[in-house]
Amino acid sequence: MADMVIVRKQGLYCVPGDFYIDPWRPVERAVITHAHGDHARVGHAHYLSAESGVGILKSRLGQDIRIDGIEYGARIEHKGVTISLHPAGHVLGSSQVRMEHKGEVWVASGDYKVEPDRICAPFEPVRCDTFITESTFGLPIYRWQPEQAIFDDINAWWRSNAGQGRCSVVFAYSFGKAQRILSGLDASIGPIVCHGAVEPLNRVYRAAGVNLPPTAMVLDVDKAALKSAIVIAPPSAAGSSWMKRFGDYSDAFASGWMQLRGARRRRGVDRGFVLSDHADWPGLMMAIRATEASRVIVTHGSIPVMVRWLRQVGLDASGFDTEYGGEDTEAAESGEVAGVAELSQAAPEKTDA
Amino acid sequence: MREFARLFAELDETTATNRKLDALQAYFSSAAPANAAWAVYFLAGGKPRQAVPTRLLRDYAIEYAQLDGWLFDECYHAVGDLAETIAHILPPPEHHSDVGLAVWMQERIGPLRGADPVAIRAALFGFWNQLEPRERFLLTKLIGGGFRVGVSRLLVTRALSTIAAVDSKLIAQRLMGWTDGSVAPTASGFLQLIAAPSDDEHKLRGGQPYPFFLAHQLQGAPQTLGALADWQIEWKYDGIRAQLVRRGAQNYLWSRGEELITERFPELAALRLPEGTVIDGEVLVWIDGAPRPEPFSDLQKRIGRKTLSAKLLAELPAVLVAYDLLEEAGVDLRALPQHERRSLLAALVAGIGQPQLTLSPLIEATGWDQLAQIRTESRARGVEGMMVKAKDAQYGVGRTKNVGTWWKWKIDPYAIDAVLIYAQAGHGRRASLYTDYTFAVWDANELGERRLVPFTKAYSGLTDAEIAVVDNAIRKTTVEKFGPVRSVRPTMVFEIGFEGIALSSRHKAGIAVRFPRILRRRDDKSIDDADTLDTLKGLLAAAGAPPSLSLSPSPSLSLSLSLSPSPFGSSSDPLA
Repeated sequence: MADMVIVRKQGLYCVPGDFYIDPWRPVERAVITHAHGDHARVGHAHYLSAESGVGILKSRLGQDIRIDGIEYGARIEHKGVTISLHPAGHVLGSSQVRMEHKGEVWVASGDYKVEPDRICAPFEPVRCDTFITESTFGLPIYRWQPEQAIFDDINAWWRSNAGQGRCSVVFAYSFGKAQRILSGLDASIGPIVCHGAVEPLNRVYRAAGVNLPPTAMVLDVDKAALKSAIVIAPPSAAGSSWMKRFGDYSDAFASGWMQLRGARRRRGVDRGFVLSDHADWPGLMMAIRATEASRVIVTHGSIPVMVRWLRQVGLDASGFDTEYGGEDTEAAESGEVAGVAELSQAAPEKTDA
Repeated sequence: MREFARLFAELDETTATNRKLDALQAYFSSAAPANAAWAVYFLAGGKPRQAVPTRLLRDYAIEYAQLDGWLFDECYHAVGDLAETIAHILPPPEHHSDVGLAVWMQERIGPLRGADPVAIRAALFGFWNQLEPRERFLLTKLIGGGFRVGVSRLLVTRALSTIAAVDSKLIAQRLMGWTDGSVAPTASGFLQLIAAPSDDEHKLRGGQPYPFFLAHQLQGAPQTLGALADWQIEWKYDGIRAQLVRRGAQNYLWSRGEELITERFPELAALRLPEGTVIDGEVLVWIDGAPRPEPFSDLQKRIGRKTLSAKLLAELPAVLVAYDLLEEAGVDLRALPQHERRSLLAALVAGIGQPQLTLSPLIEATGWDQLAQIRTESRARGVEGMMVKAKDAQYGVGRTKNVGTWWKWKIDPYAIDAVLIYAQAGHGRRASLYTDYTFAVWDANELGERRLVPFTKAYSGLTDAEIAVVDNAIRKTTVEKFGPVRSVRPTMVFEIGFEGIALSSRHKAGIAVRFPRILRRRDDKSIDDADTLDTLKGLLAAAGAPPSLSLSPSPSLSLSLSLSPSPFGSSSDPLA
């Protein structure tokens, strides 16, 4: 049987269904797994996403895009392909795409995380014949601690800084990671301030019924109170004049890449909190096994390593070259931490990590 | 181990000196003295011999994590650090351990040295199952002998000084010898380190040197220093800075890295000095009657050899060029002004009258302008520039300015435009980034065909942002990968600076350079505009390098390749 999903220059293409998944060039029909910039792009004629992701896609791509939302698990039929979306546990509205055609099932994972969190629907393993998986953290060095342990670390650091009259600044991607941190903060320690790029996304999460602690904009907090505040800002705010108002602050970066000492030190922040919205190595392996797929296609991240390992454990594995997270995965990895995104032109907000 | 791991994490996580100092003080005031003693040893730069071979560490970690060798290697390339790779790949521990650092070092890690592999395997599996990732990271560092932490010795000294309420200069003095491996760190040793000053300080010193006084780089014009008459000017030699200590009827020669190197230099070990003498100077290879010292590469041959043959000693004789006198007749002279110490030194050297001890000459000039003129002779004299020392300066501790200042007034480096042809990912904070480059210059064969010949590696000089751009370009222009090394299509030209140049049979270009680093990217130049091997040869000729010794290396020379001269300062890396 011919492959149901192939790579075309526009993106991942479902052949019998004649639609694309997270295409990187304008197409007629696009199924969008989630609203990060490298997966959700402007210019498609028709969009389809999880219902819970519609609001965020409109806020990022424009209110006038033609978009349909479907509930997780709901099935729609298109040119003989049964399409359904299933939670990926990555960010609000993120989904895996299940495609069934003539009894064969393919699932494209988009980006996913297997540990449940407090701000989006948890990852749901979907049984399939072929699983297209991401591999952002596809090396055994990436093993996450439970998120509560990281939240405890963040709160302890914040409490200690506040005790010394020093503001705490966490750099985190504004969509997803920022809200995840918010969900774990102990609001009794001090005021929680969000950068102007983060606050609109908090509103989207709250509108979707996610419970986040109260947040303020910096101008709403008086200067003395800032000394015990925690500030959530996008990485691009680092070194900007916006930061000056916080005086002698301690800073941190929250990302899976912070697992490595080298990456932490390159960032030049006081603390690196290892908090990722992607699956770690054990998570990837568990998710792949849970699908019971006999064939696995690996996309963006550590493609060669994952493919070789999966073959070794008896699966039919291969790779897809995609443009998620940048063309060269290694470059994207280091770019993520070394700030290539800021240097290269036309980089929309980099994929969350 | 847990406390020390926390301290390490705190030191590693912040770049702010004050926070590091706070963390050190908090640790030293709460840690048990036996543990604190080992912490001082490591933080001050102590490097124990490797207790378990790297190969065993790697193989047992692979077995424990149930991975494959190739997958481990992929991980290692991404991490760039063996200890960190091992720490991350192992499954979470099932137990916890509260064993202190001293017990770890003495009872757990120490016995592994030379132990049976089966015993090592069992021990490691047990250790790994009771340590958190960051403790496992430290464990491998402690076992492997590659422990490094981002604190200066000065900072450790300051922290100890604060908790002990003892002057930091005295702490620095007591710290001498802590890291050379001759003394095991003990609780009583730590308590002595932080004890109130006693009358016996001097006796306790043994063969230990004083903390070295270090110079600052002179940034502006020397005229800003005021009247030349207030300054003592000397040449800045390119050798091994060392202290020669004579106590207890024995000579001790210490390098600036506090390595005891007496055995490497029998002619200096044999120098007849009065009891209770400490001379600060530069060890150089200097052939009797020659107008200038031999290049550093000849000194490396002396350092690198396992055995020093009579032939080598005759060919490459070492001398100590004396800069300063720190102790005479057992009396510490460091608080005397520079000019007084100089007079005493001159008298001492003259009185000894042995050819392997000479006095660093003073450079006389009528003013800064004339001095600048004389400084242009530096290359021809085989020196790196000048030292400018305040005549009333005491001999300070480390790189300080509080009791008078020494300036180094170095000549501008050589500069060559070269083409990047190979790249390798870095280590530590540069892991996963292509930061270590090999550069080539053009050479023409008999037929006049031009080809690029590698002439040096260089690792430093670019900012993080520049590295990101170059890293990206390397990935896009990769021709071939050999393990962690990539060959690239030559597209990028860089200006490479270096301090010295010498003939070398070990390098493809036939030339070795000293302290190579990247001065800047030359986007304005195409690879065709890069310099040629002839340009380098021209520099070599102008430097007047004596070709006699370096041209015909003996067969055993290749042995010295594997020996790192690191204790004596970095040098050009031999190209394979």
